Amino acid sequence: MSTAVSLLLLVAVLGFAVVRPRGLPEAVGAVPAALIAVVAGLVPWRDALHELASLGPTVGFLAAVLLLAYLADEAGVFRFAGSVAARWSRGSPRRLLGLVFVIASAVTAALSLDATVVLLTPVVFATASALAVRPKPHVYACNHLANSASLLLPVSNLTNLLAMSAAGLSFLSFAGLMALPWLAVIGVEYLILRRFFADDLGTPPHRPDVEAVRAPRYALTVLGLTLAGFAAASPIGVHPAWVALAGALALAVRLRIGVPTLVRKANPGFCVFVFALGIVVLGVSRGGFGTLVDRVAPQHADLLGLLAMAGLAAVLANVLNNLPATLMLLPFAAHSPGLVLAVLLGANIGPNLTYVGSLATLLWRQILHKSGHPPVTGEFLRLGALTVPACLVVGVASLWVSLRVSGL
Amino acid sequence: MKVLVWVEEGTWPACVDAARDLSDDITLLHVVDEATVAAMSGPVGLLGRSGGGGDPEFLLAEAERTLIDEAVARLGREVPREVRRGRPEREVVAACADVDLLVLARNGDRSRLGPRSLAHHTRFVVDHAPCQVLLVWPEATPGLGTIPPPPHHDRTR
Repeated sequence: MSTAVSLLLLVAVLGFAVVRPRGLPEAVGAVPAALIAVVAGLVPWRDALHELASLGPTVGFLAAVLLLAYLADEAGVFRFAGSVAARWSRGSPRRLLGLVFVIASAVTAALSLDATVVLLTPVVFATASALAVRPKPHVYACNHLANSASLLLPVSNLTNLLAMSAAGLSFLSFAGLMALPWLAVIGVEYLILRRFFADDLGTPPHRPDVEAVRAPRYALTVLGLTLAGFAAASPIGVHPAWVALAGALALAVRLRIGVPTLVRKANPGFCVFVFALGIVVLGVSRGGFGTLVDRVAPQHADLLGLLAMAGLAAVLANVLNNLPATLMLLPFAAHSPGLVLAVLLGANIGPNLTYVGSLATLLWRQILHKSGHPPVTGEFLRLGALTVPACLVVGVASLWVSLRVSGL
Repeated sequence: MKVLVWVEEGTWPACVDAARDLSDDITLLHVVDEATVAAMSGPVGLLGRSGGGGDPEFLLAEAERTLIDEAVARLGREVPREVRRGRPEREVVAACADVDLLVLARNGDRSRLGPRSLAHHTRFVVDHAPCQVLLVWPEATPGLGTIPPPPHHDRTR
Protein backbone atom coordinates (compact mmCIF):
# COMPACT_ATOMS: atom_id res chain seq x y z
CA MET A 1 0.00 0.00 0.00
CA SER A 2 2.72 2.47 1.02
CA THR A 3 4.64 1.56 -2.14
CA ALA A 4 1.63 2.39 -4.29
CA VAL A 5 1.04 5.70 -2.48
CA SER A 6 4.69 6.77 -2.77
CA LEU A 7 4.81 5.92 -6.49
CA LEU A 8 1.52 7.75 -7.00
CA LEU A 9 2.98 10.83 -5.31
CA LEU A 10 6.08 10.70 -7.55
CA VAL A 11 3.96 10.36 -10.70
CA ALA A 12 1.78 13.25 -9.53
CA VAL A 13 4.84 15.46 -8.92
CA LEU A 14 6.33 14.69 -12.34
CA GLY A 15 2.93 15.00 -14.01
CA PHE A 16 2.42 18.42 -12.47
CA ALA A 17 5.88 19.49 -13.64
CA VAL A 18 4.96 18.45 -17.18
CA VAL A 19 1.50 19.98 -17.37
CA ARG A 20 2.25 23.08 -15.23
CA PRO A 21 -1.44 24.03 -14.99
CA ARG A 22 -1.89 27.80 -15.46
CA GLY A 23 1.89 28.09 -15.68
CA LEU A 24 2.27 27.44 -11.95
CA PRO A 25 5.83 26.55 -10.88
CA GLU A 26 6.76 22.87 -10.40
CA ALA A 27 7.13 23.40 -6.66
CA VAL A 28 3.38 24.01 -6.28
CA GLY A 29 2.82 20.32 -7.01
CA ALA A 30 5.96 18.97 -5.34
CA VAL A 31 5.81 20.66 -1.93
CA PRO A 32 2.33 19.33 -0.94
CA ALA A 33 3.39 15.87 -2.18
CA ALA A 34 6.49 16.00 0.05
CA LEU A 35 4.33 17.06 3.02
CA ILE A 36 1.90 14.19 2.35
CA ALA A 37 4.86 11.75 2.24
CA VAL A 38 5.98 12.95 5.68
CA VAL A 39 2.50 13.21 7.27
CA ALA A 40 1.48 9.78 5.94
CA GLY A 41 4.58 8.28 7.51
CA LEU A 42 6.18 7.22 4.22
CA VAL A 43 9.24 9.28 5.22
CA PRO A 44 9.98 9.85 8.92
CA TRP A 45 10.38 13.58 9.53
CA ARG A 46 13.94 13.12 10.85
CA ASP A 47 14.90 11.45 7.55
CA ALA A 48 13.16 14.23 5.64
CA LEU A 49 15.17 16.88 7.50
CA HIS A 50 18.36 14.90 6.90
CA GLU A 51 17.54 14.74 3.18
CA LEU A 52 16.99 18.51 3.06
CA ALA A 53 20.28 19.13 4.87
CA SER A 54 22.22 16.88 2.51
CA LEU A 55 20.59 18.42 -0.59
CA GLY A 56 21.19 21.99 0.61
CA PRO A 57 24.72 22.62 -0.67
CA THR A 58 23.93 20.86 -3.95
CA VAL A 59 20.86 22.97 -4.62
CA GLY A 60 22.75 26.12 -3.64
CA PHE A 61 25.45 25.17 -6.12
CA LEU A 62 22.85 24.67 -8.86
CA ALA A 63 21.33 28.10 -8.21
CA ALA A 64 24.76 29.76 -8.36
CA VAL A 65 25.70 28.02 -11.62
CA LEU A 66 22.40 28.99 -13.26
CA LEU A 67 23.07 32.56 -12.24
CA LEU A 68 26.63 32.38 -13.59
CA ALA A 69 25.38 31.12 -16.97
CA TYR A 70 22.74 33.87 -17.20
CA LEU A 71 25.33 36.56 -16.42
CA ALA A 72 27.82 35.08 -18.92
CA ASP A 73 25.11 35.41 -21.56
CA GLU A 74 24.41 39.02 -20.54
CA ALA A 75 28.13 39.75 -20.87
CA GLY A 76 28.06 38.46 -24.46
CA VAL A 77 30.00 35.21 -23.99
CA PHE A 78 27.59 33.16 -26.11
CA ARG A 79 27.33 35.77 -28.87
CA PHE A 80 31.14 35.80 -28.99
CA ALA A 81 31.23 31.98 -29.23
CA GLY A 82 28.75 32.14 -32.13
CA SER A 83 30.83 34.69 -34.02
CA VAL A 84 34.01 32.67 -33.52
CA ALA A 85 32.25 29.56 -34.86
CA ALA A 86 30.97 31.53 -37.85
CA ARG A 87 34.40 32.90 -38.75
CA TRP A 88 36.39 29.71 -38.18
CA SER A 89 33.90 27.54 -40.08
CA ARG A 90 34.56 29.59 -43.26
CA GLY A 91 30.99 28.81 -44.33
CA SER A 92 31.45 25.03 -44.32
CA PRO A 93 28.57 23.15 -42.60
CA ARG A 94 30.90 20.27 -41.65
CA ARG A 95 33.47 22.55 -40.07
CA LEU A 96 30.68 24.41 -38.27
CA LEU A 97 29.40 21.13 -36.80
CA GLY A 98 32.87 20.40 -35.41
CA LEU A 99 33.01 23.86 -33.82
CA VAL A 100 29.49 23.52 -32.42
CA PHE A 101 30.57 20.22 -30.84
CA VAL A 102 33.57 21.87 -29.18
CA ILE A 103 31.58 24.89 -27.95
CA ALA A 104 28.49 22.95 -26.81
CA SER A 105 30.63 20.36 -24.98
CA ALA A 106 32.60 23.09 -23.20
CA VAL A 107 29.50 25.12 -22.29
CA THR A 108 27.65 22.03 -21.03
CA ALA A 109 30.61 20.90 -18.97
CA ALA A 110 31.42 24.28 -17.43
CA LEU A 111 28.03 25.96 -17.13
CA SER A 112 25.57 23.01 -17.01
CA LEU A 113 23.23 21.56 -19.59
CA ASP A 114 20.73 24.30 -18.93
CA ALA A 115 23.11 26.90 -20.37
CA THR A 116 23.48 24.88 -23.57
CA VAL A 117 19.76 24.38 -23.97
CA VAL A 118 18.52 27.80 -23.02
CA LEU A 119 21.34 30.13 -23.99
CA LEU A 120 23.55 28.44 -26.59
CA THR A 121 20.99 26.76 -28.88
CA PRO A 122 19.44 30.04 -30.13
CA VAL A 123 22.94 31.42 -30.81
CA VAL A 124 23.92 28.28 -32.76
CA PHE A 125 20.73 28.53 -34.80
CA ALA A 126 21.41 32.18 -35.58
CA THR A 127 24.99 31.36 -36.57
CA ALA A 128 23.87 28.59 -38.93
CA SER A 129 21.26 30.89 -40.48
CA ALA A 130 23.78 33.70 -40.97
CA LEU A 131 26.06 31.27 -42.81
CA ALA A 132 23.12 30.03 -44.92
CA VAL A 133 23.72 26.42 -43.86
CA ARG A 134 20.95 24.06 -42.82
CA PRO A 135 20.41 24.54 -39.10
CA LYS A 136 19.05 21.09 -38.27
CA PRO A 137 22.31 19.14 -37.61
CA HIS A 138 23.71 21.95 -35.48
CA VAL A 139 20.57 22.37 -33.40
CA TYR A 140 20.39 18.59 -32.88
CA ALA A 141 24.03 18.61 -31.80
CA CYS A 142 23.21 21.12 -29.02
CA ASN A 143 20.14 19.10 -28.12
CA HIS A 144 22.10 15.85 -27.75
CA LEU A 145 25.24 17.29 -26.17
CA ALA A 146 23.23 19.04 -23.46
CA ASN A 147 22.70 15.54 -22.11
CA SER A 148 25.65 13.43 -23.22
CA ALA A 149 28.36 16.08 -22.73
CA SER A 150 27.20 16.73 -19.16
CA LEU A 151 29.48 13.97 -17.78
CA LEU A 152 32.70 15.85 -17.13
CA LEU A 153 32.29 18.05 -14.05
CA PRO A 154 30.03 17.98 -11.02
CA VAL A 155 28.56 21.32 -12.19
CA SER A 156 27.58 20.01 -15.62
CA ASN A 157 24.33 18.43 -14.50
CA LEU A 158 22.17 18.38 -11.41
CA THR A 159 22.49 14.58 -11.39
CA ASN A 160 26.29 14.96 -11.04
CA LEU A 161 25.91 17.37 -8.13
CA LEU A 162 23.71 14.86 -6.35
CA ALA A 163 26.17 12.03 -7.05
CA MET A 164 29.32 13.87 -6.01
CA SER A 165 28.23 14.09 -2.39
CA ALA A 166 26.88 10.51 -2.43
CA ALA A 167 30.15 9.05 -3.76
CA GLY A 168 32.40 11.14 -1.57
CA LEU A 169 34.42 12.17 -4.62
CA SER A 170 36.24 15.50 -4.75
CA PHE A 171 35.72 17.88 -7.68
CA LEU A 172 39.05 16.93 -9.23
CA SER A 173 38.77 13.16 -8.78
CA PHE A 174 35.26 13.28 -10.32
CA ALA A 175 36.60 15.19 -13.34
CA GLY A 176 39.64 12.93 -13.61
CA LEU A 177 37.55 9.75 -13.73
CA MET A 178 34.97 11.21 -16.10
CA ALA A 179 37.35 12.87 -18.59
CA LEU A 180 37.87 9.79 -20.75
CA PRO A 181 34.18 8.73 -20.83
CA TRP A 182 33.22 12.34 -21.64
CA LEU A 183 35.61 12.53 -24.59
CA ALA A 184 34.67 9.05 -25.85
CA VAL A 185 30.92 9.74 -25.69
CA ILE A 186 31.29 13.08 -27.50
CA GLY A 187 33.36 11.31 -30.17
CA VAL A 188 30.64 8.70 -30.71
CA GLU A 189 27.95 11.40 -30.91
CA TYR A 190 30.03 13.29 -33.47
CA LEU A 191 30.58 10.27 -35.73
CA ILE A 192 26.91 9.29 -35.65
CA LEU A 193 25.60 12.83 -36.24
CA ARG A 194 28.06 13.36 -39.11
CA ARG A 195 26.66 10.25 -40.81
CA PHE A 196 23.03 10.80 -39.87
CA PHE A 197 22.97 14.34 -41.29
CA ALA A 198 25.47 13.74 -44.13
CA ASP A 199 23.13 15.23 -46.75
CA ASP A 200 22.37 18.40 -44.78
CA LEU A 201 26.08 18.83 -44.04
CA GLY A 202 27.09 18.28 -47.67
CA THR A 203 25.82 21.58 -49.06
CA PRO A 204 28.38 23.84 -50.76
CA PRO A 205 30.06 26.35 -48.41
CA HIS A 206 29.18 30.03 -48.83
CA ARG A 207 31.29 32.70 -47.22
CA PRO A 208 29.05 35.57 -46.20
CA ASP A 209 30.60 38.46 -44.29
CA VAL A 210 30.31 37.75 -40.59
CA GLU A 211 30.66 40.60 -38.16
CA ALA A 212 33.46 40.04 -35.68
CA VAL A 213 32.29 40.32 -32.07
CA ARG A 214 34.76 41.73 -29.53
CA ALA A 215 35.85 39.15 -26.97
CA PRO A 216 34.19 39.79 -23.58
CA ARG A 217 37.57 39.55 -21.84
CA TYR A 218 36.40 40.36 -18.34
CA ALA A 219 33.61 37.76 -18.41
CA LEU A 220 35.87 35.09 -19.94
CA THR A 221 38.51 35.75 -17.29
CA VAL A 222 35.94 35.49 -14.49
CA LEU A 223 34.63 32.21 -15.94
CA GLY A 224 38.18 30.84 -16.22
CA LEU A 225 39.01 31.81 -12.65
CA THR A 226 35.71 30.35 -11.42
CA LEU A 227 36.48 27.01 -13.08
CA ALA A 228 39.96 27.00 -11.60
CA GLY A 229 38.38 27.95 -8.27
CA PHE A 230 36.09 24.91 -8.38
CA ALA A 231 39.12 22.66 -8.60
CA ALA A 232 41.11 24.57 -5.97
CA ALA A 233 38.26 24.92 -3.46
CA SER A 234 37.59 21.22 -2.90
CA PRO A 235 40.95 20.28 -1.31
CA ILE A 236 40.81 23.21 1.11
CA GLY A 237 37.29 22.33 2.24
CA VAL A 238 35.43 25.23 0.60
CA HIS A 239 32.21 24.11 -1.12
CA PRO A 240 32.31 24.95 -4.86
CA ALA A 241 28.91 26.65 -4.49
CA TRP A 242 30.71 29.61 -2.84
CA VAL A 243 33.13 29.80 -5.77
CA ALA A 244 30.24 29.85 -8.26
CA LEU A 245 28.52 32.55 -6.21
CA ALA A 246 31.72 34.64 -6.10
CA GLY A 247 32.06 34.33 -9.90
CA ALA A 248 28.42 35.33 -10.39
CA LEU A 249 28.79 38.36 -8.11
CA ALA A 250 31.97 39.45 -9.91
CA LEU A 251 29.99 39.48 -13.18
CA ALA A 252 26.87 41.03 -11.62
CA VAL A 253 28.81 44.00 -10.19
CA ARG A 254 30.46 44.67 -13.55
CA LEU A 255 27.16 44.38 -15.44
CA ARG A 256 25.30 46.39 -12.78
CA ILE A 257 22.51 43.86 -12.41
CA GLY A 258 20.14 44.41 -9.50
CA VAL A 259 19.50 42.00 -6.65
CA PRO A 260 15.83 41.25 -7.60
CA THR A 261 16.95 40.09 -11.07
CA LEU A 262 19.75 37.98 -9.57
CA VAL A 263 17.33 36.27 -7.19
CA ARG A 264 14.87 35.62 -10.01
CA LYS A 265 17.55 34.17 -12.29
CA ALA A 266 18.76 31.79 -9.56
CA ASN A 267 15.34 30.14 -9.89
CA PRO A 268 14.37 29.70 -6.22
CA GLY A 269 11.14 27.98 -7.33
CA PHE A 270 13.06 25.20 -9.05
CA CYS A 271 15.38 24.82 -6.08
CA VAL A 272 12.37 24.26 -3.79
CA PHE A 273 11.11 21.72 -6.33
CA VAL A 274 14.39 19.75 -6.08
CA PHE A 275 14.15 19.68 -2.27
CA ALA A 276 10.56 18.41 -2.39
CA LEU A 277 11.37 15.88 -5.12
CA GLY A 278 14.19 14.51 -2.93
CA ILE A 279 11.73 13.76 -0.12
CA VAL A 280 9.15 12.20 -2.46
CA VAL A 281 11.82 9.96 -4.01
CA LEU A 282 13.03 8.98 -0.53
CA GLY A 283 9.49 7.71 0.13
CA VAL A 284 9.64 5.60 -3.05
CA SER A 285 13.10 4.22 -2.20
CA ARG A 286 11.98 3.19 1.30
CA GLY A 287 9.02 1.21 -0.08
CA GLY A 288 8.73 -2.00 -2.11
CA PHE A 289 9.97 -0.35 -5.29
CA GLY A 290 13.27 0.44 -3.57
CA THR A 291 13.60 -3.18 -2.47
CA LEU A 292 13.04 -4.27 -6.07
CA VAL A 293 15.73 -1.85 -7.33
CA ASP A 294 18.08 -3.08 -4.61
CA ARG A 295 17.60 -6.67 -5.84
CA VAL A 296 18.44 -5.93 -9.45
CA ALA A 297 21.18 -3.34 -8.84
CA PRO A 298 24.69 -4.74 -9.34
CA GLN A 299 27.04 -4.80 -6.32
CA HIS A 300 30.51 -4.66 -7.89
CA ALA A 301 32.18 -2.13 -10.15
CA ASP A 302 33.55 -4.67 -12.63
CA LEU A 303 32.88 -4.16 -16.34
CA LEU A 304 29.60 -6.10 -16.26
CA GLY A 305 28.49 -4.40 -13.05
CA LEU A 306 29.16 -0.96 -14.50
CA LEU A 307 27.31 -1.82 -17.70
CA ALA A 308 24.33 -3.22 -15.76
CA MET A 309 24.20 -0.13 -13.52
CA ALA A 310 24.41 2.30 -16.45
CA GLY A 311 21.74 0.31 -18.28
CA LEU A 312 19.49 0.26 -15.23
CA ALA A 313 19.92 4.02 -14.77
CA ALA A 314 19.14 4.65 -18.44
CA VAL A 315 15.99 2.51 -18.23
CA LEU A 316 14.84 4.17 -14.99
CA ALA A 317 15.65 7.60 -16.42
CA ASN A 318 13.42 6.86 -19.37
CA VAL A 319 10.65 5.31 -17.26
CA LEU A 320 10.63 7.78 -14.38
CA ASN A 321 12.80 10.71 -15.37
CA ASN A 322 16.52 11.21 -14.82
CA LEU A 323 16.40 13.23 -11.60
CA PRO A 324 14.31 10.75 -9.59
CA ALA A 325 16.21 7.87 -11.23
CA THR A 326 19.50 9.30 -9.93
CA LEU A 327 18.10 10.02 -6.46
CA MET A 328 16.72 6.48 -6.28
CA LEU A 329 19.82 4.62 -7.48
CA LEU A 330 22.45 6.56 -5.54
CA PRO A 331 21.83 4.86 -2.17
CA PHE A 332 22.35 1.45 -3.82
CA ALA A 333 25.57 2.56 -5.52
CA ALA A 334 27.06 4.79 -2.82
CA HIS A 335 29.41 2.05 -1.55
CA SER A 336 31.39 2.25 -4.81
CA PRO A 337 32.44 5.45 -6.66
CA GLY A 338 32.61 3.43 -9.89
CA LEU A 339 28.97 2.39 -9.62
CA VAL A 340 27.91 5.97 -8.81
CA LEU A 341 29.61 7.21 -11.97
CA ALA A 342 27.96 4.39 -13.95
CA VAL A 343 24.59 5.64 -12.67
CA LEU A 344 25.49 9.05 -14.09
CA LEU A 345 26.40 7.60 -17.48
CA GLY A 346 22.94 6.07 -17.69
CA ALA A 347 21.10 9.05 -16.24
CA ASN A 348 22.88 11.65 -18.38
CA ILE A 349 23.09 9.82 -21.72
CA GLY A 350 19.76 7.96 -21.41
CA PRO A 351 17.52 11.03 -21.82
CA ASN A 352 18.49 11.28 -25.50
CA LEU A 353 16.51 8.10 -26.13
CA THR A 354 12.94 9.26 -25.60
CA TYR A 355 10.91 12.26 -24.70
CA VAL A 356 10.38 11.08 -21.17
CA GLY A 357 14.08 10.69 -20.52
CA SER A 358 14.39 13.82 -18.45
CA LEU A 359 12.53 16.72 -17.06
CA ALA A 360 13.74 18.67 -20.05
CA THR A 361 12.31 16.34 -22.65
CA LEU A 362 9.13 15.83 -20.67
CA LEU A 363 8.53 19.55 -20.79
CA TRP A 364 9.34 19.63 -24.47
CA ARG A 365 6.21 17.69 -25.32
CA GLN A 366 4.12 20.11 -23.43
CA ILE A 367 5.70 23.12 -25.11
CA LEU A 368 5.22 21.61 -28.57
CA HIS A 369 1.68 20.77 -27.69
CA LYS A 370 1.10 24.32 -26.51
CA SER A 371 2.40 25.91 -29.66
CA GLY A 372 0.07 23.77 -31.72
CA HIS A 373 2.76 21.45 -33.05
CA PRO A 374 2.23 17.74 -32.89
CA PRO A 375 5.31 16.31 -31.21
CA VAL A 376 7.73 15.16 -33.87
CA THR A 377 9.06 11.79 -32.97
CA GLY A 378 10.50 10.00 -35.99
CA GLU A 379 13.84 11.69 -36.48
CA PHE A 380 14.47 12.33 -32.77
CA LEU A 381 13.74 8.72 -31.86
CA ARG A 382 15.83 7.29 -34.71
CA LEU A 383 18.80 9.41 -33.74
CA GLY A 384 18.36 8.49 -30.07
CA ALA A 385 18.14 4.79 -30.89
CA LEU A 386 21.45 5.07 -32.76
CA THR A 387 23.40 7.21 -30.30
CA VAL A 388 22.29 6.14 -26.82
CA PRO A 389 23.27 2.43 -26.89
CA ALA A 390 26.58 3.22 -28.62
CA CYS A 391 27.40 6.07 -26.20
CA LEU A 392 26.50 3.92 -23.18
CA VAL A 393 28.74 1.03 -24.20
CA VAL A 394 31.68 3.27 -25.13
CA GLY A 395 31.15 5.42 -22.02
CA VAL A 396 31.08 2.42 -19.68
CA ALA A 397 34.18 0.87 -21.28
CA SER A 398 36.05 4.18 -20.91
CA LEU A 399 34.92 4.52 -17.30
CA TRP A 400 36.18 1.00 -16.60
CA VAL A 401 39.58 1.98 -18.05
CA SER A 402 39.63 5.17 -15.95
CA LEU A 403 38.83 3.23 -12.79
CA ARG A 404 41.54 0.62 -13.51
CA VAL A 405 44.15 3.32 -14.18
CA SER A 406 43.24 5.25 -11.01
CA GLY A 407 43.17 2.03 -8.96
CA LEU A 408 39.67 2.73 -7.54
CA MET B 1 4.06 28.57 -67.37
CA LYS B 2 3.80 28.44 -63.58
CA VAL B 3 7.19 27.72 -62.04
CA LEU B 4 7.79 26.83 -58.41
CA VAL B 5 11.36 27.13 -57.05
CA TRP B 6 12.18 25.16 -53.89
CA VAL B 7 14.52 27.39 -51.90
CA GLU B 8 16.72 25.32 -49.57
CA GLU B 9 19.63 26.55 -47.45
CA GLY B 10 22.95 25.99 -49.17
CA THR B 11 21.66 25.01 -52.60
CA TRP B 12 19.09 27.68 -53.59
CA PRO B 13 21.28 30.01 -55.72
CA ALA B 14 21.58 27.45 -58.55
CA CYS B 15 17.78 26.93 -58.56
CA VAL B 16 17.08 30.69 -58.76
CA ASP B 17 19.61 31.09 -61.58
CA ALA B 18 18.08 28.19 -63.51
CA ALA B 19 14.52 29.51 -63.14
CA ARG B 20 15.20 33.22 -63.86
CA ASP B 21 14.56 33.18 -67.63
CA LEU B 22 12.11 30.28 -67.78
CA SER B 23 8.94 32.23 -67.04
CA ASP B 24 7.42 35.45 -65.70
CA ASP B 25 5.27 33.44 -63.30
CA ILE B 26 7.73 32.26 -60.61
CA THR B 27 6.92 31.45 -56.97
CA LEU B 28 9.62 30.87 -54.33
CA LEU B 29 8.84 28.13 -51.82
CA HIS B 30 10.57 27.56 -48.48
CA VAL B 31 9.67 24.81 -46.01
CA VAL B 32 10.66 24.86 -42.35
CA ASP B 33 11.33 21.27 -41.37
CA GLU B 34 9.18 20.31 -38.40
CA ALA B 35 12.10 18.26 -37.05
CA THR B 36 14.12 21.48 -36.77
CA VAL B 37 11.24 23.13 -34.92
CA ALA B 38 11.18 20.14 -32.59
CA ALA B 39 14.92 20.27 -31.94
CA MET B 40 14.73 24.02 -31.32
CA SER B 41 11.85 23.83 -28.88
CA GLY B 42 12.82 20.41 -27.69
CA PRO B 43 15.34 20.25 -24.93
CA VAL B 44 13.74 22.80 -22.72
CA GLY B 45 16.27 23.49 -19.98
CA LEU B 46 16.26 22.07 -16.52
CA LEU B 47 13.66 24.56 -15.55
CA GLY B 48 11.22 24.23 -18.38
CA ARG B 49 12.40 27.52 -19.78
CA SER B 50 12.46 28.05 -23.49
CA GLY B 51 15.42 29.56 -25.29
CA GLY B 52 16.66 32.87 -24.00
CA GLY B 53 16.97 34.01 -27.62
CA GLY B 54 13.20 34.01 -27.90
CA ASP B 55 10.54 31.79 -29.30
CA PRO B 56 11.91 29.16 -31.73
CA GLU B 57 9.05 29.86 -34.12
CA PHE B 58 10.03 33.52 -34.20
CA LEU B 59 13.70 32.69 -34.81
CA LEU B 60 12.80 30.27 -37.60
CA ALA B 61 10.41 32.74 -39.25
CA GLU B 62 13.01 35.50 -39.14
CA ALA B 63 15.70 33.27 -40.68
CA GLU B 64 13.23 32.16 -43.35
CA ARG B 65 12.35 35.76 -44.26
CA THR B 66 16.03 36.67 -44.60
CA LEU B 67 16.68 33.64 -46.82
CA ILE B 68 13.77 34.37 -49.19
CA ASP B 69 14.72 38.07 -49.32
CA GLU B 70 18.17 37.01 -50.53
CA ALA B 71 16.62 34.69 -53.12
CA VAL B 72 14.36 37.49 -54.41
CA ALA B 73 17.34 39.84 -54.61
CA ARG B 74 19.29 37.26 -56.64
CA LEU B 75 16.30 36.69 -58.95
CA GLY B 76 16.21 40.42 -59.59
CA ARG B 77 12.44 40.92 -59.36
CA GLU B 78 9.72 40.68 -56.73
CA VAL B 79 7.82 37.39 -56.99
CA PRO B 80 5.20 35.61 -54.85
CA ARG B 81 6.53 33.71 -51.82
CA GLU B 82 5.10 30.60 -50.24
CA VAL B 83 6.18 29.37 -46.80
CA ARG B 84 5.16 26.09 -45.27
CA ARG B 85 5.79 24.08 -42.07
CA GLY B 86 5.97 20.30 -41.86
CA ARG B 87 7.81 17.43 -43.50
CA PRO B 88 9.67 19.11 -46.36
CA GLU B 89 9.17 16.33 -48.91
CA ARG B 90 5.38 16.18 -48.31
CA GLU B 91 4.96 19.95 -48.26
CA VAL B 92 6.86 20.47 -51.53
CA VAL B 93 4.82 17.80 -53.31
CA ALA B 94 1.61 19.38 -51.98
CA ALA B 95 2.75 22.82 -53.16
CA CYS B 96 3.20 21.41 -56.70
CA ALA B 97 -0.54 20.73 -57.05
CA ASP B 98 -1.19 23.58 -59.52
CA VAL B 99 2.21 24.38 -61.02
CA ASP B 100 3.70 23.34 -64.35
CA LEU B 101 7.35 23.07 -63.34
CA LEU B 102 9.23 22.51 -60.09
CA VAL B 103 12.87 23.61 -59.89
CA LEU B 104 14.98 21.95 -57.19
CA ALA B 105 18.62 21.12 -56.49
CA ARG B 106 20.47 17.89 -55.94
CA ASN B 107 21.63 17.85 -52.35
CA GLY B 108 23.33 14.53 -51.74
CA ASP B 109 26.83 13.37 -52.72
CA ARG B 110 27.88 15.93 -55.35
CA SER B 111 31.30 14.43 -56.02
CA ARG B 112 30.02 11.91 -58.59
CA LEU B 113 27.13 11.25 -60.95
CA GLY B 114 24.66 8.74 -59.61
CA PRO B 115 21.71 8.02 -57.34
CA ARG B 116 23.46 9.22 -54.18
CA SER B 117 23.40 12.77 -55.50
CA LEU B 118 19.73 12.84 -54.44
CA ALA B 119 19.13 12.99 -50.71
CA HIS B 120 16.18 11.17 -49.19
CA HIS B 121 13.79 14.17 -49.17
CA THR B 122 14.70 15.22 -52.70
CA ARG B 123 14.24 11.71 -54.04
CA PHE B 124 10.72 11.58 -52.57
CA VAL B 125 9.86 14.87 -54.27
CA VAL B 126 11.26 13.79 -57.64
CA ASP B 127 9.39 10.49 -57.41
CA HIS B 128 6.06 12.04 -56.43
CA ALA B 129 5.90 15.52 -57.98
CA PRO B 130 2.67 15.92 -60.02
CA CYS B 131 4.39 18.22 -62.55
CA GLN B 132 7.53 18.60 -64.66
CA VAL B 133 10.74 18.69 -62.65
CA LEU B 134 13.95 20.57 -63.37
CA LEU B 135 16.77 19.09 -61.28
CA VAL B 136 19.87 21.27 -61.09
CA TRP B 137 23.38 20.70 -59.73
CA PRO B 138 24.15 23.31 -57.06
CA GLU B 139 27.75 23.61 -58.26
CA ALA B 140 29.74 22.34 -61.24
CA THR B 141 28.48 19.02 -62.57
CA PRO B 142 30.80 16.04 -61.97
CA GLY B 143 32.35 14.59 -65.13
CA LEU B 144 31.19 11.42 -66.89
CA GLY B 145 34.33 9.74 -65.56
CA THR B 146 32.75 9.59 -62.11
CA ILE B 147 30.37 6.83 -63.24
CA PRO B 148 31.74 3.46 -62.12
CA PRO B 149 32.46 0.95 -64.93
CA PRO B 150 29.71 -1.59 -65.69
CA PRO B 151 29.84 -4.92 -63.78
CA HIS B 152 32.45 -7.40 -65.00
CA HIS B 153 30.02 -9.89 -66.63
CA ASP B 154 28.49 -7.14 -68.79
CA ARG B 155 31.91 -6.19 -70.14
CA THR B 156 32.83 -9.76 -71.15
CA ARG B 157 29.59 -10.39 -72.98
